[in-house]
Amino acid sequence: MRIGTIISFSVVVAWLVIALISPFVINGVNAVDLEQLFSGPSKNGFFGYDDLGRDIGLRVLQGSTVSCAVATFVVSVSVLIGTMFGMFIGWHGGLIDLIGVRVMDIFLAFPGILLAIALAAVLGPGIENVLIALSIVSWVGFARLSRAQTLTVKHRDHVIVAQALGTPALAICYRHVLPLILAPIIVEATFAIAAVIIAEAGLSYLGLGVQPPTPSWGAMIKEGTRYILIAPHMALGPGLALFSIVIAINALGDRMRDSLQIRRSALQN
Amino acid sequence: MGSLAAHRLLTAAVVLLGVSSITFFLIHLVPGDPIEVMLGEAASIADRQQLRTDLGLDVPLAQQWLQFHKDLLTLDFGESLYSKKPIAATLLERIPWTLILALASMSVAILIAVPLGVLAALHPNTIWDSAAATVSLLGVSIPNFLLGPLLIIVFSVGLGWFPVSGTERITSIVLPALTLGASLAAILSRMVRASLLEVLSEEYIVSARARGLGAVPIVLYHAIPNAALPILTILGLQLGALLGGAVITEMIFAWPGVGQLTIEAIQRRDYPLVQACVIVISFAYVVVNTITDLIYACVDPRIEGG
Repeated sequence: MRIGTIISFSVVVAWLVIALISPFVINGVNAVDLEQLFSGPSKNGFFGYDDLGRDIGLRVLQGSTVSCAVATFVVSVSVLIGTMFGMFIGWHGGLIDLIGVRVMDIFLAFPGILLAIALAAVLGPGIENVLIALSIVSWVGFARLSRAQTLTVKHRDHVIVAQALGTPALAICYRHVLPLILAPIIVEATFAIAAVIIAEAGLSYLGLGVQPPTPSWGAMIKEGTRYILIAPHMALGPGLALFSIVIAINALGDRMRDSLQIRRSALQN
Repeated sequence: MGSLAAHRLLTAAVVLLGVSSITFFLIHLVPGDPIEVMLGEAASIADRQQLRTDLGLDVPLAQQWLQFHKDLLTLDFGESLYSKKPIAATLLERIPWTLILALASMSVAILIAVPLGVLAALHPNTIWDSAAATVSLLGVSIPNFLLGPLLIIVFSVGLGWFPVSGTERITSIVLPALTLGASLAAILSRMVRASLLEVLSEEYIVSARARGLGAVPIVLYHAIPNAALPILTILGLQLGALLGGAVITEMIFAWPGVGQLTIEAIQRRDYPLVQACVIVISFAYVVVNTITDLIYACVDPRIEGG
């Protein structure tokens, strides 16, 4: 398990570094080499070449930039908005809480990625619209979690003391509630990063995400499935890349959740 | 019990109204003039005016909203811009296919998850447990647009056991159901493990064991029935992810369900059809969840209203 954690962590860090530096160091992701059309993995191109004779390996590396950028942005916005919303309605309770919960219920009623697909479809393709669509879908999970956590924390002694001392509500939430609910939010955020990476690739797969020729893993997998019978290697590179980062993040999230639960149960006993 | 049901139904009604309102507003999120986007720039002014009147986009927003919901109540979704056929009839053709796919995927998920979860729960913190955990980690981490092509390469192209896509043969359902059911199986197996572990420490299990019952009858007759309720709830909740995932899975395998219809409609900018598809899928999810909740309350008297 320890080794698994180290490997997962290394994979995530490696992809982050690649995502950060590849726009500056990698050239020729759109360079066409017609002699290499559909040619499979070789020592020239690790993952082979695609239907236009472009180096899939380079495009996979460069594709990490879009995935990581979208995931970072969407999860940051979602954590911020979702946590503020959840803490606000949980803290106030009463009618505000009731209305807030209904609003969350409505957003949760759109199954999975469906609302993001519909939003991306009407807003039109492009990376800004992917960011908007995924943020609108993702904030609810954090709102629900932070509301539930706020409800359990707000009757703790230290919060009641702070109230009795006349501390403003905003300061109590920031100083006395937020630190206690932050750990589960961070765990949730970890899983959300993996989910957003998959969702972004899913939108690109459907042609609703980043537009060609910018490399994106989802779009590359889509291209690969079109030529699956003649060049099955085309989906291999982007597929492995996507799978490796998602499974590494999920494994880290599992690990964090387990240690959180152990700490919780140790505190209760 | 009665008040719980009333409360639950009222909540569901509010949620449905919210869902339909958001879906209604989707068409107003189209940048610029939705009519122009739908018909293209070459359309004549008369055609545009006609469509604007047909869709009711020329009246005040509140009136549009009211008309949208009146139509919804009478299941009148209007006409598809592309095929010119009534949307309700098209949906009726497609819904059974998605229903079949969803049921098959759920069956696949249960068939994989229950043995895996039981195995892990009976041998916690052993190699069996970590093997089950690894399988489930794989299942949640592989997106269906990756698993689908992978299954096609191995089982259709390589082994030739199942068709690549379509619905011609009865075995056509296998690969789509596996693709869609995999992540559900992963999540479900964790739930089966967790709720079985909880049940297995109950006193009636200890007493059954003291009476000399073997592991198999204890699990089959005492543990699983008692652990089933939380598992059923998760199944209901996860149906959402299943229906959302069906959109992509149906695209991969050319499965003629509502999901494929949604993407076709998006590609043709047939926004009224997109709206109808989103509403049908979301409503199905809300209705199933409400029913799950109500059944849960009926069979488990410990659940109180609130």
